This record gives sequence, structure tokens and C-alpha cells, in this order.
Amino acid sequence: MTMHRRTVVKAMLACGALVGLGAVIPGAAFAARNKDAFSSDDQAKAMQALFDAEPANSQDIVLKAPSIAENGAVVPVTVSTEMTGVESISIFVADNPTPLVAEFMIPAGTKASVATRIRMGKTSTITAVVKADGKLFSTARETKVTIGGCGG
Amino acid sequence: MSMTRREFAQLLGLAGAAGLLPLQGFAAKKQPADMYELGNFGNVRLLHMTDCHAQLQPVYFREPNVNLGVGNARGKAPHLVGNHLLEHFSVRPGTLEAHAFSCLNFQQDANRYGKVGGFAHIRTLVERLRQSYGNEHTLLLDGGDTWQGSGTAYKTRGMDMVKAANLLGVDVMTGHWEFTYHQEEILQNIAAFNGEFLAQNVFITEDALFEGADEYVFDEDSGRVFKPYTIREMGSARIAVIGQCFPRTKIANPARFIPDWTFDIYDENLQALVDEVRQAESVDAVILLSHNGMDVDLELAKRVSGIDVILGGHTHDGMPAPSLVKNNGGKTLVCNVGSNGKFIGVMDLDIRNGKVQDYRYRLLPVFSDLLPADAEMSQLITDIRTPHLDWLQEELAVADELMFRRGNFNGTFDQLICDALRERQGAQISLSPGFRWGTTVLQGQMVTMEHVLDQTCLTYPETYVREMTGEELKLILEDVADNLFNPDPYLQSGGDMVRVGGFDYVCDPLAPIGKRVSQMTLDDGTLIDAGKSYKVAGWATVGARSEGADIWDVVADYLRDHQTARISKLNTPKLLNVKGNPGIVDYS
Repeated sequence: MTMHRRTVVKAMLACGALVGLGAVIPGAAFAARNKDAFSSDDQAKAMQALFDAEPANSQDIVLKAPSIAENGAVVPVTVSTEMTGVESISIFVADNPTPLVAEFMIPAGTKASVATRIRMGKTSTITAVVKADGKLFSTARETKVTIGGCGG
Repeated sequence: MSMTRREFAQLLGLAGAAGLLPLQGFAAKKQPADMYELGNFGNVRLLHMTDCHAQLQPVYFREPNVNLGVGNARGKAPHLVGNHLLEHFSVRPGTLEAHAFSCLNFQQDANRYGKVGGFAHIRTLVERLRQSYGNEHTLLLDGGDTWQGSGTAYKTRGMDMVKAANLLGVDVMTGHWEFTYHQEEILQNIAAFNGEFLAQNVFITEDALFEGADEYVFDEDSGRVFKPYTIREMGSARIAVIGQCFPRTKIANPARFIPDWTFDIYDENLQALVDEVRQAESVDAVILLSHNGMDVDLELAKRVSGIDVILGGHTHDGMPAPSLVKNNGGKTLVCNVGSNGKFIGVMDLDIRNGKVQDYRYRLLPVFSDLLPADAEMSQLITDIRTPHLDWLQEELAVADELMFRRGNFNGTFDQLICDALRERQGAQISLSPGFRWGTTVLQGQMVTMEHVLDQTCLTYPETYVREMTGEELKLILEDVADNLFNPDPYLQSGGDMVRVGGFDYVCDPLAPIGKRVSQMTLDDGTLIDAGKSYKVAGWATVGARSEGADIWDVVADYLRDHQTARISKLNTPKLLNVKGNPGIVDYS
């Protein structure tokens, strides 16, 4: 019998929890680095704190986000890539008070695909950064946040 | 007693030209019997209606005099109005067609040519177009916005329109305002609909799937709530129709009615579907029945290849000819067929050797005086209206001038609504949404409750009064202006600019968000202060439900009081950078 979508969703959530664990395992230096990155109010500084380098633009990352958010409080975002040796996937929202939204550690041999929901106060660029074989790659797109109404 | 159109015409001394004696007026010149006599071309006929907004009865509907195109859309269809539109489509001024497609001389020509639309008249036309071509080669497609816009649709939660669409014989539909009822009501209405309700771009949320939505979703694996496409064999031709709902429904309308569904344009999913139906279903033609709005459809036609025809709606653009868009896969025809039951689009396709070889297109205006009412539909409409007649037919006030809405900025009927809100709610400022539905009332005609409902009837009609700072007010105007004038169609939401009462402003449609609106000035001449608080009244809140009286009662009370529907000042903005734009005429 085929696996129902609901079952898949449940399995994905379980995996998500494991991925989450990955982010809290490493030691003190890692934690300090993360704290600086996650609390920075500037995207360039947050990237610097997290990676100590700037990513290069890449066509090989698929970043999906709505062009206009239905609800800025929960904007669905998915990032995936076919690159090999992916170590982490990070998501930044340039105009959020603290742009670094999430860093997913990707265990070796795992499909590099993450889905999450992020909060956005206003229209902003969303940037996905993939770390693969020690190198950094990124892609970006804009999601509009509007008060809505007045449709015809 | 109200002044009928006939009496009014006599008063103006226009009786001969006023439609009383049709054979003396345009009928003699135009031979109207022939207007609906189309030659048969090809082997598949698609009849297309959209955005009727539940107008079962014939109405007047004036096309806009302001429909500005910005960026790449400037000066192109559908952003052409008045004589610019007529010139572009080679329509002779002063003709029946010119009256149907443009806003020019509206009052005078509406008196002469009479009302448009009405389901009983539409049915007569549709039956004729089907029978002359052959039923088995004809499909009737409805682009949506069918279940909302009238008092009877409101009272029956859209079910009156499901019955009317069933009798009309709609084969396929998609939707937008259909989604302003509650989820379970929408599913009930769809179950009662005899045709197919299609939407490739509505998905179930993961939370809802957990809670049992798998009971009703079309496909649990893809997450599609509705069937995405249908395949129809029509004689020797095999065609696919894909449905595309309005992608911004949860932004433009209350998300609270449809918490479990999520919408977007989803280009990539659409491309995958087109490729799938072309390969796996080996169809000869792919049709997209869309409620994206014409600007989005034109952009989508560039991005997605393999669609032969987009039958579009939402933006209420009555375009006499399709726009041809080239893309990787060849070309796509993009049509849009206006609103309020005023038009039926007829797309005849010559499909041979596995593809569309050629086409003929006509946008037929439905002139109610030229098409006898279908008896069965008339009876259904009577049955639907009878329980509500006292409510609908109450006479409120005489129209002092032509009362309309459609256009990028305040129409005269919007101003009435804004004035009513301010006076009845004791507010300095009022706001009213820039919907594109709402019919037209001629000068001298009696404004009835039904006319007020035409302009206001939706499922979240509650009014509000609240304090707002000048800064908040500007933010709202900027946000709505960006939904209308963003040069990227995918970042527009359809609808026109929010209507305002009690103040004027300067608007530069070409400026970026945050810079379009300036010089917000109260009617007494004082500038609106960003830091100061103002009392603002409005209606149709998409977030939480408001607590005030229903908007139609506020407007009706105002009109009963005044007895004349008259506006003293139209709060319409001064525009920058629109000189030479063919999307505007007669604007001051």
C-alpha cells in the first residue's frame, strides 16, 4: 500500500525534530557563534558571524516561497538542492529585526530538503544559503507582505 | 413613484432614440438580429462568461474611464479606455459596440440601447450559440465570481446562482468570491453544481490534513482540494480544461472563512500539469479557465508554455479581441470577458492533426432588449426573488447623476457610500474598498435597495469606526496602491484603489511603494498630519469581523434621509505622470 500524505507529513515532522537536535549538540564555540548570528540585526553581519565568509550565487538551489504571503506570521518556505556534501541549509529574511531565521544541519546521506514556516513583518528578500563541501552558495527571492483587502 | 427609464427618456425629449422604438434607433442601422448570427468556424466552440457577480436581472454597466497600465502594461490591452480602446480594436465610435465596450456617452447611449445581461437573456443567447454550432461541439465555461454580488445570493449563500448556472448549463467553472462563504457551504454548493468545479491552485494545509480533511480533498497525495482539470472529447477533438482560481483569495478576502485551504499562482505546478495532459492524456488543445486577472494571465502566458487559450476573468476587462502572447512552446491567446453578465465570449477553434490550427473570436455584448427572455430561466429567477422582493425593491432616492463604481479611483456610487459612512457614523474620513463589481444607475433612475446591494453585498458587510493616525492612513493607501500599480503583475492583487471620503490626495502610479501617495488633505483644506489621530469609518474588513451595522443599511438610511442620491464633491486624487497614458479619459 502506498504511504498516505498524512503519514509522510508525520514522518517529516519527526525528522524535523531530529534535525533540530543537530543544531543544539555542538559545543560552546558553536553556541557563541550561533548566538551572534541569530541575534544580529543585519543580514551581512549575521552571515559573517555564522559562516565567516560570503556565499556565491547559485542556480542549483531551489527556494520556494509565495510571491505574496497569505499570512505574514506563517510564510511557508522550502529549500532543496541536488548538490552533494550538503552540511547545512540556512534561511535569512533581510528585513526582519533579526534576519537569520533558521539553520538546518543536514546529516551526511540525508536528502537536502527542508520546509518550515517563517514570520515576516513586512515585504522582504528571503535568502537561502547552502553549505556544501565547505563551500557556501545562496539564492534569494522576494516575498511581499500586504494588509490585504479591497480585491475585486 | 419612481421614474421609469421610459418616462425619463420622454422628459429629455429623446423618446425616439431611447429604445422605445428599437427599429427606429440602432436596430434599423445595425440589424441587431444579425449581431448574434455568427458563422460557424472550426470544430470546437468555447462559450465563456465570467464575473457575473450574481446579476440574475438585466443591469446597466458602464466600463471604466480610468484603467491605467504601468510598466510594460502601459498602453496595451486591457489598459485602454474610451476612444483609445475603440481605436485599438477598430470599433467605430457611436455604434452599439462602442457603447458596449467603452464608457463614452454612457447615459445617452444606455437610454438608447437599454440594459445588458440577465440570466434569462443570456440563456437565450447561449442556447442559440450552442444549437447553431452543435451541442456536442460546444462547452460553456464560467470563470467564477458567480455566487456573490446580489441580495439573493447573500440570502441563499450562493445557492440561487448554483441553480441558475445549472439551468444555463455551465459545464466547467472555477472561482474567487465563491470562497467568501464558509468551507462547508462551498463544498455543498459545488456538490449541487451540475458542472465541474476545477482549480489546480488550491491546496489543503497540512494541519487540516491531520484533522480529517482527507475525507473530502480531491487528491491527498498532491494536496489538491479540487479537481485540477477535465478532459472533454468534442467530436474528433480532445481538449483539456485546467481551472485556476483567484490566487490571492486569502489576502484580498477574509481568510477566516476558508482556514484549511491555501492559494497561489503556482506556475511550476501548472507547467507540470500542462505537460502531463499533453503527454499522458494526448490532448489536441489545452485551455486554462482562469481567475488570475488579465495582467497576471498575460505574464503567466509568457512563463508557462503549452496553453492554447486562457479564458480569463477577475479584472472585469471586456476585451473585444484576445491578446497573443509568445512563449517557449509557441503562443497563447489571452481573453477577458468583462463582468455583470454583460458579455459572452465565443472562441471557435479549428483543431486538426493534434493541434489548434486557427481561431475566430467574438465578444458578444448581451443586450437584453435584443434577446427575448428564456421562459424557464425567467420562472426560476422569479422563484428566487419572490421571497425577497419587498427588501430588494424598496425605492430609496432619485439618482441626481450617473451613479457608477468601475474605475481605478472613486466612482460616483463609491462617493455616496463614503458620504453615507461619514454622515451616519460621525466620522471625518471614510474608506470603501475598490471592488470592480457594482452596477450602474442612470441619472433620473430611482436608486433601490437592490442597487445598493449590487454595490455592497458580500459576506463581511459589517462597518467600523476607529481612530487612525495620518501615518496609518497613508500606509493603507500605499499598500492598496501597490496592489494595483506594482509593475510586476504577480505582485498585484486585482481590485482598484481604495475609495476615500473626506479628503483628497496626490497619486503618482509610477512611483515605488511608499512614494505614490502625498498631499493628503482634508476637505476643509488642512493637510493630514502623520502623527495626528482621525476618526475613520469603513467596511468589509478582511481581518477580524467588525461590530458595526451592515453597510447596505448604513447607505440605505442615508439615502432614505436625503431622498436624492447626490454628491457634492468627488474625492478623487490628483494624478501625476499619467499624461498621454491611453488608460485614462475625461478625468479631472
